[in-house]
This record gives sequence, structure tokens and C-alpha cells, in this order.
Amino acid sequence: MCRLFAITSDTPVSPLVALNALDVMREGHDGSGVGLFLRDLGGPFEEMKDAPILSGIFSKEGIKRLDTYMMNLGFMTKFKISFKLPKKLPEGMPARDVYLVRAYEYPEAWEGRSLQELGNELMHIRLKLREMGQEKQDMIVFSFWPDVVMLKEIGDPLTVGRFLNLDREDLKARVVMAQGRQNTNYAINLYACHPFFVEGFSTMTNGENTAFVPIREFLKSRGFPGYTGFQSDSEVFTHILHYTMKELGLGLEAYKHIITPLQEAGIENHPNASLLKQLKQSCRSMIIDGPNCVIGSLPDHSLFMVQDRKKLRPGVVGGRPGQYAFSSEICGLDAVIPDRDKSKDFQPMHLDTAIIGPDRQEINICHQTDPLPRLH
Amino acid sequence: MPSNRPITPSSLSIKDLPWQIHWNKDKCTLCGSCTAVCPVNAIELGVFRKRIVETALGINSSSSSVSKVYQGIRQKTDPAYSCVGCAMCTQVCPNDAIMPMKSDEAGKLAYHINRGGQPRRRGGRRNVPGGLLDQIKFIRISMLTDPALDAGRHEFELRTLLGRVLPPEESIAHFKSNGWIPPVREIYPLVIGSMSFGALSPPMWEGLQMGIAYLNEEMNMPVRMCTGEGGCPPRLLRSRFLKYVILQIASGYFGWDEIIHAIPEMKVDPCAIEIKYGQGAKPGDGGLLMWNKVNKLIAAIRGVPTGISLPSPPTHQTQYSIEESVAKMIQSMSMAWGFRVPVYPKISATSTALAVLNNLTRNSYAAGLAIDGEDGGTGAAYDVSMNSMGHPIATNIRDSYLNLVALGKQNEIPLFAGGGVGKSGNLASNAAALIMLGASGVQIGKYIMQAAAGCLGSETDRCNICNIGLCPKGITSQDPRIYRRLSAEDVAQRVVDVYLSFDTELKKIVAPLGRSTSLPIGMSDALGINDFNAAERLNIKYVV
Repeated sequence: MCRLFAITSDTPVSPLVALNALDVMREGHDGSGVGLFLRDLGGPFEEMKDAPILSGIFSKEGIKRLDTYMMNLGFMTKFKISFKLPKKLPEGMPARDVYLVRAYEYPEAWEGRSLQELGNELMHIRLKLREMGQEKQDMIVFSFWPDVVMLKEIGDPLTVGRFLNLDREDLKARVVMAQGRQNTNYAINLYACHPFFVEGFSTMTNGENTAFVPIREFLKSRGFPGYTGFQSDSEVFTHILHYTMKELGLGLEAYKHIITPLQEAGIENHPNASLLKQLKQSCRSMIIDGPNCVIGSLPDHSLFMVQDRKKLRPGVVGGRPGQYAFSSEICGLDAVIPDRDKSKDFQPMHLDTAIIGPDRQEINICHQTDPLPRLH
Repeated sequence: MPSNRPITPSSLSIKDLPWQIHWNKDKCTLCGSCTAVCPVNAIELGVFRKRIVETALGINSSSSSVSKVYQGIRQKTDPAYSCVGCAMCTQVCPNDAIMPMKSDEAGKLAYHINRGGQPRRRGGRRNVPGGLLDQIKFIRISMLTDPALDAGRHEFELRTLLGRVLPPEESIAHFKSNGWIPPVREIYPLVIGSMSFGALSPPMWEGLQMGIAYLNEEMNMPVRMCTGEGGCPPRLLRSRFLKYVILQIASGYFGWDEIIHAIPEMKVDPCAIEIKYGQGAKPGDGGLLMWNKVNKLIAAIRGVPTGISLPSPPTHQTQYSIEESVAKMIQSMSMAWGFRVPVYPKISATSTALAVLNNLTRNSYAAGLAIDGEDGGTGAAYDVSMNSMGHPIATNIRDSYLNLVALGKQNEIPLFAGGGVGKSGNLASNAAALIMLGASGVQIGKYIMQAAAGCLGSETDRCNICNIGLCPKGITSQDPRIYRRLSAEDVAQRVVDVYLSFDTELKKIVAPLGRSTSLPIGMSDALGINDFNAAERLNIKYVV
């Protein structure tokens, strides 16, 4: 199993907070890898919320190719974080040339483009860089999006975090998601490491997705270039979230109706029975057959957790107004927010979506039997 | 054969026949049950002369030789009366004195069953046992990376959809604008395929319907049955049970006068309409109900005179192109029920299936496609059609599914696979394999006859006389003296048994694969086969 931890906080926190929580839960994961997702950044990035940030790992040749490529497009570096790495590489970690977190200035020619257009362009650039990198094995690109930083590496999460010295003032965020363990079902590959990202949506998952192949076939045939990769069976959760919210224009409360729809009797008794029946039928190819616990972050800075129909994976949410966290285990939560009201901790069950909104004031529990908001 | 008789080309000895009657004089009680029950009069009472030499024991008495007669069973060698191996004689014999045995070599009969220039016609399946579906294994077992599920205790929802499913974007747009949503039925993935009233006897047909009604109303299993091309009894058309029935229209349009006239009086809509363009057992050939079976009842339901053979044309004569044949007919049938009933075509598996499928993808009324493979059964067909015509189902369904995947329409047009499902008795694993290759559901015919009514037919050419109305079990006979052997209630009970056990077996397959909340359609990563070429062709794993 792998372990997940996500925190949303009014005051920016260091990613090491999440890695510490993973370390507390180390009995539940094998420490083979780590993935980090940071959003709503603090520090110097606070001043450049609109600037797209490129996150990835590059070889020396890769950096040169990246610079040429970005310069040709008209992107100018606005700010970057430099990682000074210790000489001695911890055991199990591969040697890398450059861990890159770099904010760019949009090309002048792009002025006046809508957010939608910008987002689409950014995704295409990320995919192009990924393709270029896979060709020569000199770049790995995790995200290219405003106000988002991602980092993935093989090795023990806390060791990696300390090695990279992530506990620094210029790398703090109000939303942090962390996952511990490399993908094990398919080949070891950083692109198979959670969290996954597409156009501002990111998720990470605990558990295996047994319906992976038909879902992958369905997503691939949607004709959306961002639904690609599929090195991990968990990547489809991110794509389905994106598809639900961006392509279908539904709210987060509908996500669970897509991946784990109610069964016959549940739908009959639901106030939106006819819509749900239709969704269940037309989105049948996206029904996951768990067991999975999914934690995700939305472009509006909400953080959420859903469980699948089987509810066989652990997951808990707790905290206090201003700071909430989702964790695979309660000990992870205890390590990070010990002074919360534990009686208000909540473990989402098979019908629940637990959401912490952008205001971080309360845990909203969206029950699958609740009425859905009107379609717009 | 007396020595002074000429030998004709078709003079055969018992040795030349495919089935040879072994009869034991010591056990026989001469009760006559076997000769009475034999559907093809292959055996008759025989009087045999036997010379007995009585050796003298004393010195003075002389030995003698006497001729005596004894009675027994004689097997006819006339090709018209050759034994079909049904073994009803064995079934009725009080002393187990008689049994047909399969010849140790290919019989010579095959060269002679064409008297009067009429080639052999028969019922049953292609005479080739086994098949590829039996070789497919389920190799992706959940254990530690995700827990295996408990087939007996876990919650399952193994349903499928029959009907045109809108893509998500359109579905939501139609919902918002209150637009037309094509009818979609949520049904059990194992459908009883089209066997007509006429091909089947009244108790068999009634038993299937009763079993299905019970499964729906008492067991919460939405099982459906297709009528085949023989119309539908008027009372069923006007009953609430019609919703469990898929009405079939085929090229003979038999029974459709009755159906059309019943539409205003229907209490519920039928489950769906199946337009038959072809069937796996006799692809490219029309349906056939031989005169032997067209009695008064059948004639009335089909709207024809009694005692005449009813060969349907190979194609729908009123139409000439695929666009007309498929599009217009689907539209007309949809219109007849106010666009509330899914209408889908059924074709025989063929290398041209993709052309039909691609056409359907462009027809927004097409509710699915049923494909019937070469191993499908039939009540009557020419032997040559059954044995040599047709396409295997596995590759046809796989190609069709992958074609839909390429178009992004794999969830929009459900594919139903038929033809030899459960041929060797492995119903659940064959069905699951087809579903994971891409079928939304499967259709069975012959299997349910074997399992629910004790059909004796086999792919080693046993019995297979469904066509002449002499079915020894009363399954495909229209003669009350024969079909009273079968009780509709017993058939219904067996149908329920079959479905409940199938359901358990299907769970025993999908649960270890970690699936429970949706039917694993297209879950090809779970499949493996120990035949490299088949694995390549089906795009599944090669395992040894």
C-alpha cells in the first residue's frame, strides 16, 4: 500500500511537514518514492501568482535543450529556486543534474489570451517537453502551471526531502499533497509516481484500479491530448476529475457519481434519479472498481478526499479552522495537527466526498445520496 | 442381406453407420419400449433364426442339429432410418439392455443422406467439439496489491446495458434541453437468444418464459429472452411480462401481423426489438421451419397455412442496401413504439462485420449489435451451412470492440456475442471471456436447451434432429404425443437453477479479478491464452 498526506493551511507550510507525516506512517509504505504537489504558494511565488512554473528533473543537456526551446517560444525566466545538493547521495536515490522549479514570464505575443487558451498552451508545452525528454532521456516534466510546484523522486520520502533541503522559506505552500511509494504494478518510472497533474487538477491515490484498461481506452479515445501517459493505473483518477469538471462542466459532488455511481436502489431513491441514471450509463466506462482512496486538489484551491464503493482503503480528515489535513492514517494527522478537536475527525465512507473549501473553515461532507445542484 | 439380392450403392452394413446399437439378448425383456420410443425408427423387432447343435452325451444317442428362432432388436441399415445416437432406447430400457455406440471410424452414412437430391438438413451446432473460448484463462488475480473480493459475501452489480448510450457530453446536453434520450435497458448480461415459438415446443417456450418471469420478479435478476422469428403468443403480447421479451423480426416477418395488431393493446413495451439479418449457424441463409413442425397453433401465430415448410429468405427482400436495410428498418421499428424501445440488428459473425458496425455508429437510433458466431445452434439448417459457413465469434467481437474503441464509441453501442457460448459446458468462463474481450453481454440458445430441458444434441453429431419435429425430449417437437414428455414447470425451475449457478460462477471469476461494481467489459488485461498466435490476434497475454 502507499500512504497519502495532504494539508491545506491559511499560513504557508513547508513540504517537509507532509513528508514528516508520511514518515510517521512509514509502516504503511515501503519508502520507495515520493511525490509532492504544492499549490497556493507562499514566499517569493506569492508575488507572481499568474506566472507559469515549470517543475521537473533535467540533465545538463536537458536544461540546454529546455532553454533553447523556451526561448524560441518567447518565455523569459522570472524566478527560479536553486537546489544546492550535498555531495553524498543517499542510498537508493539516483544521481540527477538539476531539480528545476522555475517561474516564467509569458511571451509578449501571448498578451490578451484568455485563461482557457493560456492553460491549453501550457499543457501542450508540458506534453511537448515530456515527449522531447522521453526521446533523449534528458528531461522529466511534472507540471507547467501558475502557482503549482511538483516534485517526484525515487527514494525514502523524508530522506529525499532532507537531501533536497525542502525546508526552506522560498518553498512553502498553503496546499501540499504528498504520496509515499513508487508505483509497483507497472515499471518503475517517475511518470508513474503520484500526484498526477492535468490543467490545474491534481490527484493522488491509494490502492489499485482494477478497471484501469477499459478506463484508459475510454479516456484515450476522448481526443484530449492531456489524457496521456498512463504509466500508472492511478493517473486516470486525475483525468476523470478533469473530464468531469472541465469537459462535462459538473461540480466536484458529481465526481463520485462518475467513478463509483450509486447502485440501482440508491439511484431510484435519489432526488436526481434521472440525471444520475443517465450519468451512470453514459459514463459507465469510467466506473472504477477500487479499492481506492483518492485525494485531490482543484484549481480553486479546494482539497478533497473520496473513497470508492468498497471502502477498503484508509483515509481520515481533521484539523481546525484555518488548517485541515487529509491523511491515510490518524497517526499522520496527529503528527501534523496534534492540537485539533479529534472528536471532529472524519473518515469518509463509501458514499462520502470530504471537501475543504478554499476558505479552509470547515469540513464539508458531500453525501452521495444528497441532491445535486442544478445543472448550468 | 440375402445373397441373391443386388447390392445398391447405398447398401450399408451396421458397421458403416455412425451409431451402432449394442443389444444384449440376456438382459432384454422384449418389452418393446425401445422400438416404440425411437424417434427415427432405427430399430425394430427382429426375429432371428439360430441353429443349435445338440451334442449327444450317451453312446447310443446321436447328436442333432435343430433350428430355433429368437426375438430381439434389429438395427435398420437403410440410410433413411439410421440411428442418430439419441439413446432414448437406453433411457427407457428397464434392464439397460440396449445402447447406441459411436462407430470407431468416420461413418459412411454421410455419403448417402441426400436421397432425391436433397442434401442433409439437421438441427444442432457445427459438428466440431471444443473451441478457443475454453482455452482462455483469467490471469490477473488480485491478492496483495489490492484485496480479492469475496464472491459469496461482497456486493455485486453485474448488469449490462442494451440500448444506444449517449456520450457523456451529449447525455448532459440532452438532459438540460429536455431532448430525446434513446431508451436503454439495464439487463442481466446473459440473454436467452432467439429461439422461435415453432422451433421450440410449447412447454419448452413456456418454461423459458416462466423461468425468466421468476428470475425477474422473485430473484431480482433482469434476464431477457428473445423470441426468435416466430411471433409471440397473443396473450404474452398483451401481458405485463412482455417487458422481459425481446421481439425478433427477421426476413420472413413471421408473426408480425399479430404483433403489429397487438401494439395498441400492449400493457408494457417489449424490452427491445432484434432485427435478424443473419445467424451464426447458417450465415447468409434464412430461417427454416420444416413442414413437420407447422401445426395449427404454429400456423396461427405465424399467419401461414399448416403443413408447409417455412424457409425465410436469406435477406430482407424489401430492402437492397445496408443503409436501407439497417437505417430505415431500425427507424421504422423505433417509430412503431414511439422511440421508447431499443432496436438493434443481429448479424452472423463475418469478416464484414466492421462495415455493419461502422454504419451503426452513424445511425443514432441503432441500439446495439448482436453478433452470432459460427458455433451457434439452430433448429434447422443445411448441414453444409452449419459445418462450413461462418466466422468464429472471439476475433469478430474483439475486432468490433477495438474498432469502437478507436472511434471512442465503446460505451455507446453495446455488442452482444453469441455462438457456442458454453459449448463444452463452461458457460460462465466462456461468457466472462467474451465480455472481457469487449462484449456487453452474451446470448445463449443451445446451452439453455441442454441445461434446462436435457437436450441430447452434441457436436459429435448425436441426435440433432430438431428440424423434423421428433425431438425425443420434446424440446423442439410440435407433436403433443412427444412434447408432453416435457413439463414447462420443470423447465422453468431448471432455467432458474442455471441462472443462479451462472451468477455465482461469474462472481467467482470477477471477484478474484477485483471487480464487483461494474461488468468488466473490455478488461482484456485479465485474459491469457497459451496459444501465441491467438494471443497476438486477440491482443491478450500469451501465457505458458
